Amino acid sequence: MEKETKIMSVRDAIIMAMSEEMRRDENVFLMGEDVGVFGGDFGTSVGMLDEFGKERVRDTPISENAISGAAIGAAMTGMRPIVDVTFMDFVVYMMDNIVNQAAKTRYMYGGKGQIPVVFRCAAGGGVGSAAQHSQSLEAWFTHIPGLKVVAPGTPADVKGILKAAIRDNNPVIFLEYKAQFNMKGEVPLDPEFVLPLGKADIKKEGKDVSVITYGRMLERVMQAAKEVEEAEGVNVEVVDLITLSPLDKDTVLESVKKTGKVLLVNDAHKTGGFIGEVAAMIAESDAFDYLDGRILRLAGEDVPIPYNQTLEAAMIPSVERIKKYILKLVNNR
Amino acid sequence: MAKTKSKKTEVTKEKMLHMHRLMLDIRNFDSKVNRLVKKGMIPGMTHFSIGEEAANVGAVAALKQGFDMITSNHRGHGQSIALEIDLNGMMAEIMGKATGTCKGKGGSMHIADLDNGNLGANGIVGGGMGMAIGAALTQKMKNTGKIVVCFFGDGAVNEGTFHETLNMASIWKLPVIFYSINNMYGISTPIKDMINIDYNYQRACAYGVPGHFIEDGNDLMAVYNKFEEIVQYVRDGNGPVLVESLTYRWLGHSTSDPGKYRTKDEVDEWKKKDPISRFRDYLLENKIASEKEIGEIEASSLEAVEESVKFALSSPEPTLESAFEDIFAD
Repeated sequence: MEKETKIMSVRDAIIMAMSEEMRRDENVFLMGEDVGVFGGDFGTSVGMLDEFGKERVRDTPISENAISGAAIGAAMTGMRPIVDVTFMDFVVYMMDNIVNQAAKTRYMYGGKGQIPVVFRCAAGGGVGSAAQHSQSLEAWFTHIPGLKVVAPGTPADVKGILKAAIRDNNPVIFLEYKAQFNMKGEVPLDPEFVLPLGKADIKKEGKDVSVITYGRMLERVMQAAKEVEEAEGVNVEVVDLITLSPLDKDTVLESVKKTGKVLLVNDAHKTGGFIGEVAAMIAESDAFDYLDGRILRLAGEDVPIPYNQTLEAAMIPSVERIKKYILKLVNNR
Repeated sequence: MAKTKSKKTEVTKEKMLHMHRLMLDIRNFDSKVNRLVKKGMIPGMTHFSIGEEAANVGAVAALKQGFDMITSNHRGHGQSIALEIDLNGMMAEIMGKATGTCKGKGGSMHIADLDNGNLGANGIVGGGMGMAIGAALTQKMKNTGKIVVCFFGDGAVNEGTFHETLNMASIWKLPVIFYSINNMYGISTPIKDMINIDYNYQRACAYGVPGHFIEDGNDLMAVYNKFEEIVQYVRDGNGPVLVESLTYRWLGHSTSDPGKYRTKDEVDEWKKKDPISRFRDYLLENKIASEKEIGEIEASSLEAVEESVKFALSSPEPTLESAFEDIFAD
């Protein structure tokens, strides 16, 4: 196995993951609005048209329903499509195909057929695109049996988990974050670098408090953990879920038992958000007996994302607020 | 009684008798299911294809069995039977048994037969259209020569997905036939009140595809002959086609339909255009088959349906554990 790594952006990690899988398996192809000559609305398929041609880097009409439906039908009959949903907000137009068709078909048919399709959704705010272009809608999909949902937060994880999603034989909702396409990090160059779906990762070990997060918030949680450790000597454990569904309950509960304190962080709206589910799972489990404080959630505010950048920033958990919540827990306030 | 207008074609006697048998199977199967529903032996929703046998069988008979594909809709019994599904498994499925086509997890609205090209019935109106164009995209990308027929009703044409999927199929020249079986009502609403054109096939021009109308969808050979022509056109790589046949469902929308929206006279008028008795007469008048031969087919169809009920009744209920299986593929 090739051990070499390279510093690259999330964007390039996405391109690398898709390109490697398309080289490996001729059934894999990319479809969506502007994926071809434009190279993707977020530049996540730049250069791919040249290598793979327009059959496999397939520009579509602005028809999210048809895009998702066609992807599912192609997947049912032997292809492995990757859909560039672009803004996750547009997934609303795809809901019947994802929720009523892709998630349920195999079950309704008594275990016959499979739908290996990945929906790549550019989630979250942070780029001043207002309420219809800034949502993180993962909780809609974690609610539906039959879907897998992943939200990696580093370039290496993006590569490894996207490849796993493409190789998986089920529909996978893949969150990538608009604010983080340029975020850089070390990425393994090995084409067989594939992370396991359904496995959380302890991004930082610690003993005082468990901060459970995923996706875009991982970067801020890591920064906050570093700062409270340096300034206050608080030893934070960071649990990166990576896969939301199926959830790696064991890793979460093990960490909770170790630290006895839990903060959950996500950028999606607080009410009905996915971290609420994780909180409930912890509260119901035997790890509850190990807690010596309340389970805290820090999430996006329950407002549509405002356009003004100062307002927008204030609606999403910041490093400062994450630090404040960590200290609140540690000091039992 | 309206007679079949089609001339005798080159279709073999064997094929014609086979199509007649499939129409009888649909009629007998659904009549039986209807009786079982009334007796409380079948739960849940069932939608019947009685009256629409020719519109289903004529279309499917023009396909290559076990090669081409279909997507079906909530009123899918006719399509599944036309594609020669195992009646035992289908009856067991409708009774929710472990031996059913879908292990009792799908029921009437989700009958599928993937090995034989039936990508499945769909409980969402218009829900199969995306699946159909995607299946057609696979055939085009892999150059298999297979085509896909997407079955839907008249009401589905007012779903947005119709517009998106037919346009996409057209620009990509996908090998798919969009087939609307127009039985004139979306549950209770007459289609003529819900569109401002005469027929849905007229929309084809908006997508740059041919539109075909089978005015007498109860004339088996008319449906079959038109489909032969369309199937060839699509198989030749010319892209999609929109086709509509006019027919009528004899029974209610589903088992809970009081039928207040249409008159007895209207229903009786359509019963006079019964596709099965018309094709029976056609076979006799053209001396394609004798009374005796047809009688044997009729008896054997009834027997197969009775057999399916016996099979279903004697089949086990699914285990509770099975409810937690088949959610994900490995």
